[in-house]
Parts: sequence; structure tokens; C-alpha cells
Amino acid sequence: MNAAQIRELFPILNQEVNGHPLIYLDSAATSQKPRSVIEALKHYYETDNANVHRGVHTLGSRATDAYEGAREKLARFINAKSSQEIIFTRGTTAAINLAATSYARSVLSEGDEIVLTPMEHHSNLIPWQQAAKATGATLKYIPLQDDGTIRLEDAAAAITNRTKVVAMTYVSNVLGTVNPVKEVAALAHKHGAVILVDGAQSTPHLKVDMQDLDCDFYALSAHKMCGPTGIGALYGKKALLEKMEPVEFGGEMIDHVDLYESTWKELPWKFEGGTPVIAGAIGLGAAIDFLEQVGMDEIHQHGVQLAAYALDRLSRLDDIAIYGPREGRAGLVTFNLGDIHPHDVSTVLDAEGIAIRAGHHCCQPLMRILNVTATARASFYLYNTEEDIDRLADGLIRTKEFFGHAIG
Amino acid sequence: MQLDDLYRRVIMDHYKNPRNRGKFEDDGVTIELNNPTCGDKISLQLQVQDGKVANARFVGEGCSISLSSASMMTDAVKGKTLEEAVAMAEQFSGMMKGEPAEFEYEDIEALSGVNKFPARIKCAMLAWNALRKGVEQADRG
Repeated sequence: MNAAQIRELFPILNQEVNGHPLIYLDSAATSQKPRSVIEALKHYYETDNANVHRGVHTLGSRATDAYEGAREKLARFINAKSSQEIIFTRGTTAAINLAATSYARSVLSEGDEIVLTPMEHHSNLIPWQQAAKATGATLKYIPLQDDGTIRLEDAAAAITNRTKVVAMTYVSNVLGTVNPVKEVAALAHKHGAVILVDGAQSTPHLKVDMQDLDCDFYALSAHKMCGPTGIGALYGKKALLEKMEPVEFGGEMIDHVDLYESTWKELPWKFEGGTPVIAGAIGLGAAIDFLEQVGMDEIHQHGVQLAAYALDRLSRLDDIAIYGPREGRAGLVTFNLGDIHPHDVSTVLDAEGIAIRAGHHCCQPLMRILNVTATARASFYLYNTEEDIDRLADGLIRTKEFFGHAIG
Repeated sequence: MQLDDLYRRVIMDHYKNPRNRGKFEDDGVTIELNNPTCGDKISLQLQVQDGKVANARFVGEGCSISLSSASMMTDAVKGKTLEEAVAMAEQFSGMMKGEPAEFEYEDIEALSGVNKFPARIKCAMLAWNALRKGVEQADRG
């Protein structure tokens, strides 16, 4: 399937915005959803809706099978050893918070170090700041190079026997950098530390393999990979998850409840207190089916090609600053156009039906390193085409004209 | 959606030539306000004498809408009582919701077009929210 054919499978893309065909270039914020995912949600609510793991009626069994089936699919998709290693959460943020609260706080103490990079999304930064504050551990950063990458020798220097946790994004949501998480995982393990990988941006674009990466925790969100919002997962190695205490208590997660004491279910349910996001998980399962049908290798190739095309096309514009590595980047380009504020760029593009992101992208420390308060970002997914990028480039030329005229 | 509704000439003039930009040497009430969704920030200084805004200045980073709004606001509140300043902020807030509004400092009315661009209202409001906080601080002070 080519991108134009894939585009037809996404109903939302078939519309005009402000009198122009919609060009959606904000998939790193959230991806659009194919018809099959929307249908899966509809089908669940119209035919199978019931609570899971309770009662014995037919609908309850269907809902439970579909919910647990989604867990199996995700386990296979990221090559976990078992579906017991998949804990459904509200998304990446909740997944990282679960690991930082339940695992990290129990192992950290004064003098311990948490190693991060300066390109982390606030979601993979603040939970560690809070864990450090609660335990007396300290944060340490692997320095960022001018080209938006980190060097393995710097990672090797930062990770020591004091390191208990390394937390790192696989793909930067601003720079498009693909970090060497497999190599960093090996460094962490050499020093007895665990590594958590923020997979929010990588899971939609790369074939990820827990056995190959050998990371200890991996967090992901469904909504960036063609699935619904409100559902994601924390992958964790079984031995670690078994040692961890739940952080949410209530129905669904218990084994035996007494007036004064209770015990927990086995993995993964001990972490899923309350009625879970059943439809969301089923939608995630449908999204995985869709991505596998297209093929993760094809999706990856397409993203790399579009990023390279966009880099080439945009860097030919006058007065544009592009951030991040020139080579080997994931499917996004972050930039600033002269001294025109990204908000203004985004508003002018929106008037032409082009949706991009403008702001700090939940990466305020990184913005300070780049010495900007905000940037514009165009991010691509399997439904985007080179023509979309041509329209973006044309729109940027008109943005410059408009502001040159308006200001001049 | 007409871009010219948003980016009127008078707005672009304030953006390109902001009035009252730069800090005072001496003390005044200082308010720092961020727009956490986009990283824009403003630092507003007010000098209040006898219940009136004697002077207002700002420094900040932001888009054309937030900077032009700060430029206009700092010009418009000079010489106004604190009550008048708050009333002006309320009126501006109303204008962002589409309510008709008239200002003695007429340039401000050019920002009425922001109402048609919901995502940009918070940009226009930043300076005025700083003003409201500044008046509260001056009242307490």
C-alpha cells in the first residue's frame, strides 16, 4: 500500500479545513485513527460491552477475551516474553509514573543517581525529579551534542555504580534523534542499574523488540500509533514487576480482602485497580493489527524517507533554523522561520489547512539548550506524502511573505 | 478564516515597535507570568502612585499577538486608577469572548479579531492577566 492508499483508510483526513484540503503534520502529538480502529470501538460498544474479569455471563466473557486478547497482541508486537509483562495504563505518562513511583522510589536512597538526557519529555523528567526529591537521590544528565545526539562515551561516563535508574527516550519528540538505547541498556546493566525507555515516539515508527533492546521498563501510548487516547502500557521485566507494590488499590486488583488486610492478584492485574479502559485496549489491539498489516518496516522506511525529504526541502528555504541531527532521524522536523514566532507560523499555515505543532513540546529544558522559547514542528506518519511536505514548504514561503509584508 | 482579521496593521506595528519594552531601573511591582502551554513569558513592572498606574513596562518573549497586546496594555493603563485598570482587563477579557468593547486607547480594539482564533486567545490575554495580578499585588502592597 502506498501513502495515498493508506490515507483513504483514515476518514478524518478526507476533509477541508479553512477551505483547503487538510494536511495533518502533527502525528507526534497524536496520530489519526484508521477506520478499522474506529469500527473496533464501535463494535465493542454495540455488541460486547461488559465489565471484565467479573461475572460469568456471555458478554462479560467476550469483553474479557477481547481485553486480554489486546494484551497478548501488544506483548507479541513489542516481543515481550509474556503478556504478564504488559500493564495497561492511561498512557506513557502514567506508565512512567508507575515505574518511578512503585519501582524507583523503593530502590532509591540518598547518594543514588538517576541518569537522564536533556532531551526528555516532561513526562520522563518530572517523575524522576519527584522520585529524587522523595528519596534524596540526585539527577545526572548525559550531555547533548550540538547536533542533537548523545555520545555513548558520555553515557558510559555518566553511568556509574551509584546509578540505580537510567531513563531515556528512544526517539526525541523535538529533535527526531534516535537514541542508542540498546547500548545504553548494556551500560546500565553493567553497573547494576535498570533502564526505562520512553517509547511514546518510537513505538509508532520502529519495530521495537524488548528482547533485543533488553530494557527493563518500556512505556508507550496507543494514541500516537493509530489507537485511541486514554490507553497505553508499561512493559516491565517480570522479575521486577513481581517485586513492585501496586500504587492504585481497589476493585479488580485484589486476591483476598479482609477487614484489616488484603492481598493482590498476580501480574499484571495487581497494577490495574478499578474497571480498566476496556474499549481503549481493544482499540489498541485493532491499531496493532492495522500497523502489522501495513508492516512496521514499511512504516519506518516511509518515516525516514519523509524526514529526509522534509529536511532537504525545508533547508532550502531562506532564514530557516532546523534543529536535530541531519542523519538518521525519525519522522519529524522541528524548525524556526526567521524571527517569526512559531504561533504565528502555525496560524498562517492553519489558514491553509496545514496542521503543525508550535510551542515547547513539553521539553522546556531542551528549549533552553536550543536557546529558543518555542519551535514549530512538522511530524509525519504513514498517511503523509511528499506532496504534504511540498505544501508545507509553500505555506512557509507564504508565511514569510505575509509577515514580511505585514511587518515591513 | 481571514488572516487579515487577526494580523491587523496596528497589531503588526506594536509587534515591530513595542511600546514600553524594557525594565525600569528602579523598583516597582513586578509580575512574572508564563503561558505554560507554549513557553511564552512576560515580566510586567508597574509603578503605582496614589492609587494610579504611574508607569508600566514589560519584558517578554512571545508571538506577535502576545507582544502587541503587552505593548498596547502598558500604554493604555498609564495614568489609570487601579480600579480602572482592572475594569479594562475585564473588558478585554470580554472582547476575547466576542463581546463588543470600546477602549479609550483605540489600538486595543484591533485585537478583537483574536476572538475568531480560539487557540490564540491565551496569547492575547497573557499581558492582561499579568496586569490583574499586578494590581492585586499593588493593592496588598
